[in-house]
Amino acid sequence: MKAGRWLPLAGALLALAGLHWLAPLFLNAYYVTILARIGIAIVAAVSLQLVNGFTGQFSIGHAGFMALGAYASAAFSVYWGAGILDSLGDGPLARVLYFPFPLVCGGLVAAAAGLVVAVPALRLRGDYLAIATLGAGEIIRIAILNVDAVGGARGFSLASSSYPAVDLRFDSLAGVYGVAALTILAIARLLYSGGGLAFRAVREDETAAESLGIATTRVKVEAFLVASFFAGVAGALFAHSEGYIHTNSFSFVRSFELVAFVVLGGLGSLSGAVIAAATLTAAPELLRGLGEWRMVLYAMLLIATMILRPQGLLGQRELWPIGRKHGAPRSS
Amino acid sequence: MDNLLQQLLNGVTWGSIYALIALGYTMVYGVLRLINFAHGEVYMIGAMSGFYVARALGLGSEPSVGGLVLVLGASMVICGLLGATIERVAYRPLRSAGRLAPLITAIGVSLFLQNAGQLVFGADPKFFPQLLRSREVFRAGQVAVSNIQLTVLVTALLLMGALEFIVQRTRFGRAMRAVAYDAPAAALMGVPVDRVISGTFVLGSMLAAAAGILVGLSNPKIEPLMGLMPGLKAFVAAVLGGIGSVPGAMIGGLLLGVIETLVTGYLSSTYRDAIAFVILVLILLYRPTGLFGAPQTEKV
Repeated sequence: MKAGRWLPLAGALLALAGLHWLAPLFLNAYYVTILARIGIAIVAAVSLQLVNGFTGQFSIGHAGFMALGAYASAAFSVYWGAGILDSLGDGPLARVLYFPFPLVCGGLVAAAAGLVVAVPALRLRGDYLAIATLGAGEIIRIAILNVDAVGGARGFSLASSSYPAVDLRFDSLAGVYGVAALTILAIARLLYSGGGLAFRAVREDETAAESLGIATTRVKVEAFLVASFFAGVAGALFAHSEGYIHTNSFSFVRSFELVAFVVLGGLGSLSGAVIAAATLTAAPELLRGLGEWRMVLYAMLLIATMILRPQGLLGQRELWPIGRKHGAPRSS
Repeated sequence: MDNLLQQLLNGVTWGSIYALIALGYTMVYGVLRLINFAHGEVYMIGAMSGFYVARALGLGSEPSVGGLVLVLGASMVICGLLGATIERVAYRPLRSAGRLAPLITAIGVSLFLQNAGQLVFGADPKFFPQLLRSREVFRAGQVAVSNIQLTVLVTALLLMGALEFIVQRTRFGRAMRAVAYDAPAAALMGVPVDRVISGTFVLGSMLAAAAGILVGLSNPKIEPLMGLMPGLKAFVAAVLGGIGSVPGAMIGGLLLGVIETLVTGYLSSTYRDAIAFVILVLILLYRPTGLFGAPQTEKV
């Protein structure tokens, strides 16, 4: 392996370490929260981009899978995690070792639900698929609202009653951004590898793709499965950085917001989704000085950007050749 | 039995309001293939403008049918203008930009109206003035019919009849059906497509305004976020009936209202919101074109 390949990894680790140690020194809790939310929005937006932007299947129920990931991981942590963490000693190393568990747990539960939704729903096309995912997302949310073991309408707090001393919250930005980087990398590798062309082929023309021997149903289900896994991870990150979750955070309004990220960033651009997710998550906070007017202005910005750039910020371009092997053909 | 009849009556009343909103969704989808997510907010503005008109005219203190008609008319005019403005500002510039860009501006308009509503009207609920004094019109056994329920039903039916007349019997209606069937061909035949689309938004928004006023009569608490859930449910009703189909939206709305009321009455009110979406998913899986939608064949 060439030395050049290790350089980005070393740089990324250094940046994460910097984020972990320096961010608490220079930023107050408010900024740390906003930065964490941006990281989570990036994970969710990039995963949705795989389905909506690259495979051409329109899902507007992504928040439902985030909800499942959030609640599954929170339940894991509250019912078992506190004990595990307690027995691990609750030191910094124990936390690093522990946090992958709830995240993967949230991701797997969401992926399982994604499979259940995808197999029947992906027979539908266009608007009907979009509407079905919207319905599925709302069903998931309302179903969770009726489960008393995860708080029901009261919401669900990460404070575990049997281990009150154990803090289950995820307090480091490095964790959030590490997961975000891994998500981008995983989805980029999936999309820009040779097999990744299948996703784009399905987007461009499903019938033509099928006639070329692409198993279109399998490709679509795969995209949906991967996307719901990472949506679940995003939900798990959200649950563990906020410490308290309520189903209201995962309504169709949240799904619409995620759709806005991918369309505004440019359908078919991972870097576009990252930029749009970061900007649109930060915008309401940056506009806070405007007081009550900020959400009105935010809505107007959304409309104006869309009218001025209907293809999104980046269209189908990427800012950097992420996930592409050297010499692999560029898609445009 | 009496209880069931009463529930059915309540369901039909509530369903006729869904139907009025669903008509706007279905007509806009018909001519533009756009899911107009801002439609629920137009319904909210309908209720709000009714509130302010009634207050400005001092109608709350003296309930009368004339006052109700006045408020209804004023609110329908205001929302008709609003609908045309929304179309002009947020959708027309994107006519050639594919179908996703207008979906995002629709979400933007919806957010804008919600937040501007909170700013202008205040976030706290308001109480819709009593435009009719509630009383029982007749009673059969245990089933009581109030004059408000009767007014809601009769108004909704009259408006739907008027719409059916416009769509089937007028020049504008014929132009609308032509645009829905094939917009480019209609344009070639000299149909002013942009004006027809604008008119469709006006019609749909007027019906949503009427729904807002009728809700204000029977369920007087109104607030800037009231359009969110009913808007989405009415959309489900439109899909249930077959999106793009005018009679479908009417039947879909009534059906959804009845089913929701029965679920609330006999099962549990916490599942009331879920049932609409369960119906949505089932109908999409087994009959995606809805009860009245024409099946589409895909050409390669």
